Amino acid sequence: MSATTLGLSKQDRAVLFDPVILNNPIGVQVLGICSALAVTTRLDKALVMGIGVTLVTALANFAVSLVRSYTPGSIRIIVQLSIIASLVIVFDQILKATLYELSLELSVFVGLIITNCIVMGRAEGFAMQNPPLRSLLDGIGNGLGYSLVLLLVALSRELLGAGKVFGFVVLPLTKDGGWYVPNGLMLLAPSALFIIGLLIWALRAWKPQLQEKD
Amino acid sequence: MPRLDSTRYTVIFATVVCVVCALLVSVAAVSLQPRQAANARLYMEKNVLLAAGLAQPGADLSEQEVKAIFEKRIRARLVDFETGELVPEGKVDARGYDQRKARNDPGASRVAPPNNAGIGRIPNQGIVYFIMKDDTVDQIVIAVEGLGMWGTIYGFLSLAPDGNTVRGLTYYDQKETPGLGGEIGNPNWLALWRGRKGFDDQWNARITVIKGEAGAPEVDPLRVDGLSGATVTSNAVTRLMQFWLSDNGYGKFLKRLREGAIT
Repeated sequence: MSATTLGLSKQDRAVLFDPVILNNPIGVQVLGICSALAVTTRLDKALVMGIGVTLVTALANFAVSLVRSYTPGSIRIIVQLSIIASLVIVFDQILKATLYELSLELSVFVGLIITNCIVMGRAEGFAMQNPPLRSLLDGIGNGLGYSLVLLLVALSRELLGAGKVFGFVVLPLTKDGGWYVPNGLMLLAPSALFIIGLLIWALRAWKPQLQEKD
Repeated sequence: MPRLDSTRYTVIFATVVCVVCALLVSVAAVSLQPRQAANARLYMEKNVLLAAGLAQPGADLSEQEVKAIFEKRIRARLVDFETGELVPEGKVDARGYDQRKARNDPGASRVAPPNNAGIGRIPNQGIVYFIMKDDTVDQIVIAVEGLGMWGTIYGFLSLAPDGNTVRGLTYYDQKETPGLGGEIGNPNWLALWRGRKGFDDQWNARITVIKGEAGAPEVDPLRVDGLSGATVTSNAVTRLMQFWLSDNGYGKFLKRLREGAIT
């Protein structure tokens, strides 16, 4: 499906797709790192977290943009937070009703979507100045960008740390009679920092315009 | 259009936002509550199977599979903590018994005797699951709970028919610090409990989580490896295990069981 069939103008497409690579919230803006370290030990966790952040960012952007011209400037941040917090609680409730055991493992991190800098940053930085539909696209784009990085990090960590992809054995471990000796560091939070660092390096080497002049 | 920066408008706007958000959250919470309760119950029953070794950690069992194992292998009964006797079958639906609810119901619970496990009230009756193997009792699973570092820890302890040897343990609901005290949910640590004894020679509940490493279960049956960086949680586990094995908890029942008075 080509992008034109989505019925979007060129500008809208840029709003939707730029944050996925060129203006990636983690890779370029280096936001939302905290949860990227915590929930990337396994792909299924990262996927659910990515879906959660995408939904919340998109809907929060939409709602904040809807009321942007009625919002008093003095309380705009707290209004944004109320909207974001409500959406996160609803997502958490849905998760508990559908994927109960996964919700236990994600525990506090779903709640912490509220404080994810990406969500707040897009609400304040984009949705307050743009119409609702475009804000929705921007939210989806940023959520996708976040999810993409999360999935890449989780893929490396689960594969190298546990020899699995989405829970399926790809590299049989020595302790189960296979040949692969897992890298225990990959299951610990610091490894995510290294992987994200490498990703940022790779992204800037690929797109030199992202490099800051110093 | 009113002035956006007037106090009156700001207050009205804030109120409207709050009401709309509150409505959204309450509708979601209330409408999803039954599903969540069913999930929590299924998860609890899965942990009975985990404690008894009838399911492996990480196994994804459906509601039907859990139900099938329960019907085939497990007989749920209630124990009267006062006497240690089983509540006659047929009077109550033991499998549907909600011990947490009973504990908070003044008509079905009492104030706990002074204890160091942070237990305020205890229900009059406790759940016990008999795990059957070819028509004989293979294991007895009892429920344990107690105050941890950040909240109440809930778990299931599986004992051999001697009412003493640990066959398995799970903590399925706890709010301990992830990575430190939260490791009480780690299957590798829980596996260390297997083969240890709840009681010493005089039948005092003595199983203890120590600082450092304990020996093999055969030579060091009353001690379990501590969790480094989680002293509060380790001590909480010791206290809650000893409480529920003592006569305040399932002790009288386990004594009757040893003496063969329970069939």
